[in-house]
Amino acid sequence: MVHAPALTLTGTASFGGETVFRDIRLNIAGGQWTCLLGASGIGKSTILKIFAGLTDGLELDGTASAADGGLKGRATLLAQNDMLFPWLNVQNNVLLGARLRGERPNKARSQEILTKVGLVGKADTKPNMLSGGQRQRVALARTLMEDRPIVLLDEPFSALDALTRIRMQDLTAELLQNKTVLLVTHDPGEAARLGHAIKVMTSSGIEDFNPPQGKVPRPIDDLDVLTTQASLYSRLREPTV
Amino acid sequence: MKKLVGFVASALVALIVWQVVITTTSLPRFILPGPSLVGQTLWENRLLLAEHALITISEVIAGLVLGACFGAFSAVFLASSLVARTLIGPIFVFSQAIPVFALAPILTLWFGYGLGSKIAMALLIIYFPVTSSFFDALMRTNRDWLDLARIMGGSPMHIMWHIRIPAALPGLASGLRLASVYAPIGAIIGEWVGASKGLGYLMLLANGRAKTDLMFAALIVLALFTIILHASVNKLANKVVD
Repeated sequence: MVHAPALTLTGTASFGGETVFRDIRLNIAGGQWTCLLGASGIGKSTILKIFAGLTDGLELDGTASAADGGLKGRATLLAQNDMLFPWLNVQNNVLLGARLRGERPNKARSQEILTKVGLVGKADTKPNMLSGGQRQRVALARTLMEDRPIVLLDEPFSALDALTRIRMQDLTAELLQNKTVLLVTHDPGEAARLGHAIKVMTSSGIEDFNPPQGKVPRPIDDLDVLTTQASLYSRLREPTV
Repeated sequence: MKKLVGFVASALVALIVWQVVITTTSLPRFILPGPSLVGQTLWENRLLLAEHALITISEVIAGLVLGACFGAFSAVFLASSLVARTLIGPIFVFSQAIPVFALAPILTLWFGYGLGSKIAMALLIIYFPVTSSFFDALMRTNRDWLDLARIMGGSPMHIMWHIRIPAALPGLASGLRLASVYAPIGAIIGEWVGASKGLGYLMLLANGRAKTDLMFAALIVLALFTIILHASVNKLANKVVD
């Protein structure tokens, strides 16, 4: 088991002279799911980009680090857009990372992972023949194949229909156990189900929000989950100072 | 099949219009020969036409293959290196300000009266459209894919090979479609400037001797070849892109 480190981000980020967020302090526990909510344009995606190392044109006056060292090569990203490559079949999409690094692709392991995400028998299928949910499972398989200790999720379930979304949340929570997961989402219900920690980002900073009791993924009909979801909605609707 | 029927039908319409013009205006046949005369000439001179067509076809195909290879290679080279873009980019654009036709005499001087100068001409005329459409496509790779590739730790060379090139193939395909129409023009110009074989040479010869019917016959052979070439390249390009 690869050790999943805690993450810290402090400081002010700007893009082309324009401030994206100011003086934030974000601590993410290692080996857990942290859900980050907040209005659009508040800088949540920028935080993911910083942890992913995609800092072109971005200026961070502060630090971003993992508790046990650097971030380079330790994170992987799963986004709302599945970002599958249409000319590659499912298996080759999953193996792309190894090919891009010039490594020998481990086909046996990709088969194992495809079985885990329920896509056995789809290895030779092109992405355009798959449903939205299946495509997102391929993207999840690719993320698992990368086997990085830090997983960044950028609203990965928001384009799915309600039932598929719940199934994908369960599957992802199960398969990404014990990794350091940062999930950026707009959906308070999702945060209430999946977050070991829940954080709300506003223009005045990042604050902690008490997560419901119970093991992740929490049941959709759990009273505590529903109450948390409701109070998150209220919190997000408050006008920011 | 439907396309073929449409093609034959429109060819028939053109033939009818042509014949009507001939009958109503009674132009002398060395100005505008009628379709029946051209048809007859085409048949009677089929061996002569085939011999010259074979030369032109070899020039066009050699020029097309070489031009496509050079063009694709240049596009990848320019797209992979900022230094190359800065140093060679302006030269590349400037070279396009020179009309390729104006180079035909010098190409004949350099490569002789044989196939070489015509292949060079066809190559030059398609080089720019192939390079520029492939290059543009290579520079427009989906940002998200490139970000993902970087997160995965891909090297620039591998990213080029596994992502940028496959993603840009539609651009290369449209460049090749254009090239398939331009390449015959290049070969014909080359033959006009100096040759002893080929359809362009034959057309010039026939024209000089007021054998307008033979000129038209050669023109028809050339046009048919260009259409077939374009259709084949189109089919191949669609296959590659799919």
